[in-house]
Amino acid sequence: MRVRRSNFLAVTFAAVLACTATRAALAQEQEALPPQQHWSFAGPFGQYDKAQLQRGFKVYREVCATCHSLKLIAFRNLADPGGPGFTEAQAAAIAAEYKVTDGPNDQGEMFQRAGRLADYFPPPFANDQAARAALGGGLPPDMSVLAKARGIERGFPWFIFDAFTQYQEDGPDYIHGILVGYTDPPPGFTLPPGGQYNKYFPGHAIAMPKPLNDGQVEYTDGTPTTVDQYGRDVAAFLMWAAEPTLDARKRLGFQVFAFLIVLTGLLYFTKKRVWHDVLHRSEPLESRPPA
Amino acid sequence: MSGQSVYKPQSPFMQWLERRLPIASLVHSSMIAYPTPRNLNYWWTFGGILTFMLGVQIVTGIVLAMHYTPHVDYAFNSVESIMRDVNYGWLLRYLHANGASFFFVAVYIHMARGMYYGSYKEPREVLWILGVILFLLMVATGFMGYVLPWGQMSFWAATVITNLFSALPWVGDPIVTWLWGGYAVGNPTLNRFYSLHYLLPFVIAGVVVLHIWALHMVGQNNPTGVEPKTDKDTVAFTPYATAKDAFFIGLFCIFYAWFVFYIPNYLGHSDNYIVANPGQTPTHIVPEWYYLPFYAILRAIPNKLLGVIALGGSIVILAFLPWLDTSRVRSANYRPMFRQFLFIFFAVVIGLGYLGSQPPEGGYVIAARILTAYYFIFFIVILPLLGLLEKTKRLPNSISESVLRHGTPAGAAAPPPSGAKA
Amino acid sequence: MTTISAAEPSRRDFLLVATASVAAVGAAATLVPLIAQMNPDASTIAAGAPVDVDLAPIAEGQIVKVFWRSQPIFIFHRSKKDIALAQQVDWQSLRDPAPDSARVKSGHEQWLVLIGICTHLGCIPLAHQGNYDGWFCPCHGSQYDSSGRIRQGPAPLNLPLPPYQFVSDTTIRIGETGKA
Repeated sequence: MRVRRSNFLAVTFAAVLACTATRAALAQEQEALPPQQHWSFAGPFGQYDKAQLQRGFKVYREVCATCHSLKLIAFRNLADPGGPGFTEAQAAAIAAEYKVTDGPNDQGEMFQRAGRLADYFPPPFANDQAARAALGGGLPPDMSVLAKARGIERGFPWFIFDAFTQYQEDGPDYIHGILVGYTDPPPGFTLPPGGQYNKYFPGHAIAMPKPLNDGQVEYTDGTPTTVDQYGRDVAAFLMWAAEPTLDARKRLGFQVFAFLIVLTGLLYFTKKRVWHDVLHRSEPLESRPPA
Repeated sequence: MSGQSVYKPQSPFMQWLERRLPIASLVHSSMIAYPTPRNLNYWWTFGGILTFMLGVQIVTGIVLAMHYTPHVDYAFNSVESIMRDVNYGWLLRYLHANGASFFFVAVYIHMARGMYYGSYKEPREVLWILGVILFLLMVATGFMGYVLPWGQMSFWAATVITNLFSALPWVGDPIVTWLWGGYAVGNPTLNRFYSLHYLLPFVIAGVVVLHIWALHMVGQNNPTGVEPKTDKDTVAFTPYATAKDAFFIGLFCIFYAWFVFYIPNYLGHSDNYIVANPGQTPTHIVPEWYYLPFYAILRAIPNKLLGVIALGGSIVILAFLPWLDTSRVRSANYRPMFRQFLFIFFAVVIGLGYLGSQPPEGGYVIAARILTAYYFIFFIVILPLLGLLEKTKRLPNSISESVLRHGTPAGAAAPPPSGAKA
Repeated sequence: MTTISAAEPSRRDFLLVATASVAAVGAAATLVPLIAQMNPDASTIAAGAPVDVDLAPIAEGQIVKVFWRSQPIFIFHRSKKDIALAQQVDWQSLRDPAPDSARVKSGHEQWLVLIGICTHLGCIPLAHQGNYDGWFCPCHGSQYDSSGRIRQGPAPLNLPLPPYQFVSDTTIRIGETGKA
């Protein structure tokens, strides 16, 4: 089908309409988007950086775990391939540092015991209501899939490009943005009671007080102990928590792609071979009586 | 059709079977020797792609069902358990979720091909209507499937869409309660959606059999819209169409793999990774991308009942296409005015899809109303008038003539002089 | 009609053979995740990890039932009389010959640890019942002695031993065989 100018205009008509409307909507309030970070696990050959995941886990344990649960992660996951790279013994030792609720025992009571590999990270609060009561009404979300439960709306035409650049790291970008985004509110902005101003939080008033300060968590590998670094490390850890099979997925993806390209190529040449006689007759066609 | 080879069983076992269940000759006559127009282009491979995707969805769905728990307290975590603990569970889940999207990509292209080449016209009206029924079944299956992970979007999409039925006068509210099995979307709703989501794909498979049967009764359409006249116009389905279908399925799988392995959550919404909370509505409720055009039409109409009618009507009107389009010429290749209006229609549908993803405010609402108006005017006004007023191009006398006319294939003799181009 | 040159069949055959075999490899590879997903998942395997049992609260003569990998495990604190009875049996004439010493850990003869599933058709035998100071299976009447050996009834084999070891004199770990 030849592309006619009128048809081209028709398709452009809808696109221009959409663009103008978007620009109009965005002009109303300039939402600052969290800056894109460089992630080791981005792109077709991306992989988690084990050292970063361990640092992020340290930040989670020492800071975030006070309020945020990680209920879908088990201690054994710390030793899984594609993860922070603890050995099973190290993971078991980490598990033993926690107290988990078990029971009922023969007296009918629930009791605490040391964690085992099969146990999941125990939540800091027994339930949502206990969390709200302890924190003045706010509910810290569970962080098991948080990195996939948050996204950044980039609008047209960025969402088209993102399909080609494989941008799937908007969750970690958002988390990092929140952690570094605590600033003084701009003049004229009224903070609701109990809220803190955050540049990247939708509506700019977040219930969580600034969780991180420089030097708060000690790193043993010499990595700078800045809020920016903490933000990136814990965001990477949370991305692993949300998507622990990422390494395996991208690795298998490469193999599947290579296979499919070879197979499709072979199928193409097979098609060409099959159709050769029909497409390249050496005699003019004549009407034949039915066989 | 004459000239088609007939299956003759060779081995004693096949002769024994053929007398009792002639399945081998059925496969032979419908998939091997079956005469197919020789000029089909790659837009005709999407029927095969759809069958392939139906198979993928059924197989991945059945294995996922071995691990999923359809209870409001366990559903979300069971999906996460599939992603984390089940061997290759992440792969099966991403194949199924992205498979639904690619199923719809294929069906939209398949429908667009039908609209462009007039495949809905006489004698293919029933074939087309069966297709509309298949599309409706797909819409229902996809909707219920999306509820199963029990995320925020799952729950609120279920609430919004089931609430649409309350627009019906008198019977609306009882119907909604009946659908819910309770006073709101809840566990009974989830359970019945799971049961029906498992059932409908097999209903789809059954209607696909009818669809292919109806197709074989009348034969494929082709890019000229001129029916095959002699056996020069056709080739055997195997290996010719099979080879093309296989190649394009391979190509389709490459695009599918791109999404499954590298951007598996691109087509989804991050809010669905938040557990369903009946007490908190997400800021913007959006359906999956394949429902966006219809969602935009629903929201464009300011009246609740008329919006629901417009939503249903936008799909049901497709069933009347064979009678709304009054032209005797099938293929848009020979209908220049229809072609332009059709391309505008495609652009309008894409535009509506974009608008469906945006909040219903300001300029978006006006745009959605304009595009919705075009959508219905296209079917109700433009198509009937075009058939009467349009000046079509001259059709080729036959398929083989059109194949010869479009350039001389290498090694062939020169086409007959100017007589054929009159 | 096209003429087929002599060189063509081998080229056509190679292409078709190559395509068919690559497609077959793909089909086989596709089966792998579909079959593997039915194997026990990671959480099931983790839940089947070894479990420690404290023997101190089990009184002499008492039989306790715990679960490991969803299977019932009998822990029998045998008295001297139970041990003597078990050792005195002419074990070579039994249906499934086994000396009592092979069914306990040396130095811990008072502890009998068995998988409590009847080797006939899988019911859980009842403790302290039957004629042999052991177990009686109510489903089809199999009877086991104080070493868990089949003495009477349709079961073909003795009650099996789970892997276990003594991590201390009063604690066993079921699911791991050590040296003890």
